[in-house]
Amino acid sequence: MSNARTLFEKIWDAHVVVAESADTPAILYVDLHLVHEVTSPQAFSELRERGLQLRRRERMLATLDHSTPTLPAGSDGERPYANDEARAQVAKLEANCREFGVALHGWDSADRGIVHVIGPELGATRPGMTIVCGDSHTSTHGAFGALAFGIGTTEVGHVMATQCLLQRKPKTLAIHVDGQLPKGVGAKDLILHIIGQIGVDGGTGHVIEYRGPAIAALSMEERMTVCNMSIEAGARAGLIAPDETTFAWLKGRPQAPQGAAWDAAVARWRQLPSDAGAQYDREVRIDAGKVKPTVTYGTHPGMAIAMDAPVPAARNAQERRALDYMQSEAGKPMQGTPVDVVFVGSCTNSRLSDLREAAGVLRGRRIADGVRMLVVPGSEAVRRDAEREGLHEVFTAAGAEWRVPGCSMCIAMNGDLAQPGQLVVSTSNRNFEGRQGKGARTVLASPATAAASALAGRIADPREYLVEVAA
Amino acid sequence: MQPITRIHSRTAVLADENIDTDRIIPARFLTTTTREGLGRLCFHDWRYQADGSDNPAFPLNQPQASGCAILVAGRNFGCGSSREHAPWALLDFGLRAVLCSEIADIFRNNALKNGLLAIMVSETEHRWLLEHPGIELSIDVRGEFIELPDGGRIAFQLEPFARHCLLNGVDQLGYLLQHSEAIGAFEARMGEAA
Repeated sequence: MSNARTLFEKIWDAHVVVAESADTPAILYVDLHLVHEVTSPQAFSELRERGLQLRRRERMLATLDHSTPTLPAGSDGERPYANDEARAQVAKLEANCREFGVALHGWDSADRGIVHVIGPELGATRPGMTIVCGDSHTSTHGAFGALAFGIGTTEVGHVMATQCLLQRKPKTLAIHVDGQLPKGVGAKDLILHIIGQIGVDGGTGHVIEYRGPAIAALSMEERMTVCNMSIEAGARAGLIAPDETTFAWLKGRPQAPQGAAWDAAVARWRQLPSDAGAQYDREVRIDAGKVKPTVTYGTHPGMAIAMDAPVPAARNAQERRALDYMQSEAGKPMQGTPVDVVFVGSCTNSRLSDLREAAGVLRGRRIADGVRMLVVPGSEAVRRDAEREGLHEVFTAAGAEWRVPGCSMCIAMNGDLAQPGQLVVSTSNRNFEGRQGKGARTVLASPATAAASALAGRIADPREYLVEVAA
Repeated sequence: MQPITRIHSRTAVLADENIDTDRIIPARFLTTTTREGLGRLCFHDWRYQADGSDNPAFPLNQPQASGCAILVAGRNFGCGSSREHAPWALLDFGLRAVLCSEIADIFRNNALKNGLLAIMVSETEHRWLLEHPGIELSIDVRGEFIELPDGGRIAFQLEPFARHCLLNGVDQLGYLLQHSEAIGAFEARMGEAA
């Protein structure tokens, strides 16, 4: 039998505290526990009720992102929360962090932001780690070659008290992406295309490793976009092998090792990529050259197609219901569909490169009359960098709203939401019924497509605008 | 957690595929800081009309679905968000088991940790169950089978540790805490590996 191991197996093996048996799952050590206000309060309560302490508080990174308003505080210092419950939930995390001694990147922090944006920014996310959070988009951190996955609140409590989880070893799925993405087609188009190919449950029970030349060519921020949506194919996690792109991005980050420790860490990280001949439980091949600007047309992320391709006919009652809800018409492309709201943001697409991509399309132009556009940076650091470059002025000059960092309209629990029936072109990750407001219709797209659609007032191909810029 | 050995109930059916956790409990209700009382919000935007009255088209609002503790759902139930509020809401709504040909990983894990039986059956048996709403089933956790009214049986498999915990009311955090010494030894061994 070969000793060749996959990236996943190397990380898994290095974190097994107690091996799994037929009767019991493995006890797996967690290097980094990310915490936000929505999925942690019941876990803190459990600890308190049982008289337990945090095992390793220094391995926790807490922030406020989901229930937080994205409009600034008023002159009285009051923040415009959606309701008293949202305000109380944020206050609860602040109080819990004080009581249990957890460092909170809260309102007064220069680092606050979406948990999956700030972990990498701070260098808290590093290759070879195990990372969990009570949040399914924890898969984002897999872009660094870390095994990162979402857990429920009961398990949040397990990690708080023991720094460990009970886990059965998942299967592995290699997605080889050959060739290169065409000009004007990006990471978001690629991952929507992949989910459209393998299906919304195509990764269930598996950890995906994205491989191949088209993946190696992606920037770190693009890799985060790809890994972020692994859960939308049902996968436990998504991984990309660390390489020079990864090391260059991490070097000098606040929590990254320094000096000799950095060199030693990089030497370790170079051992992580899957060995030649390592076996996966399943393998899929994708041709990057065939990917076009891609959008969703239904009510889950697997219902994704090139925007100029005809919407497929419904094959069953659920698909008919999805097309009815979206008012998508079988046989007609999504391109040209009238748009009410455009959202650029979320842990999928709220990093500096995403904002640059959207601004590149918008620069010197105005969004269409009647379209509302929200641009929500992923973190305070992204906001600062974007403002230093003047991107906020590009957005506001175009007629878009420039907001304070947070999850915002991706999950629509902070008051940022669309009205019933409105069509939202969104750079977020979920187009479920009602996700962006009761009755709201979500079309998932790249930042460039979102920006182009805001200009046209209809779902539009960003390449048309990019050509004009080049000429 | 109370031990669970057997669930006996008529079934209710939600045949839609890919019922995500946003549909089970919409995100705007996640500002709660407790686990309790979420049943009234379960399937909220599907279950109620705009004026707050019951939506007659929602299958679980039908009189024959009243009191059913076993839900037969379309495949890939519980996909999407990891919110544990979904099983908390389903349990508080009165459900004790979800039967499906495929259940999303995080939801299944969350459900079993809360004593909501998330059970996967074969596609053929799943189709049959979808086509026979309202039948009386008995789910035997120890024997890992579902008994049909005619005495026929559908076998299923639970992850052995999850089954052990259900049958014996094992507290999984307590189990993990028993391994504190091994965890400490691991931490000592690991040094500053990451």
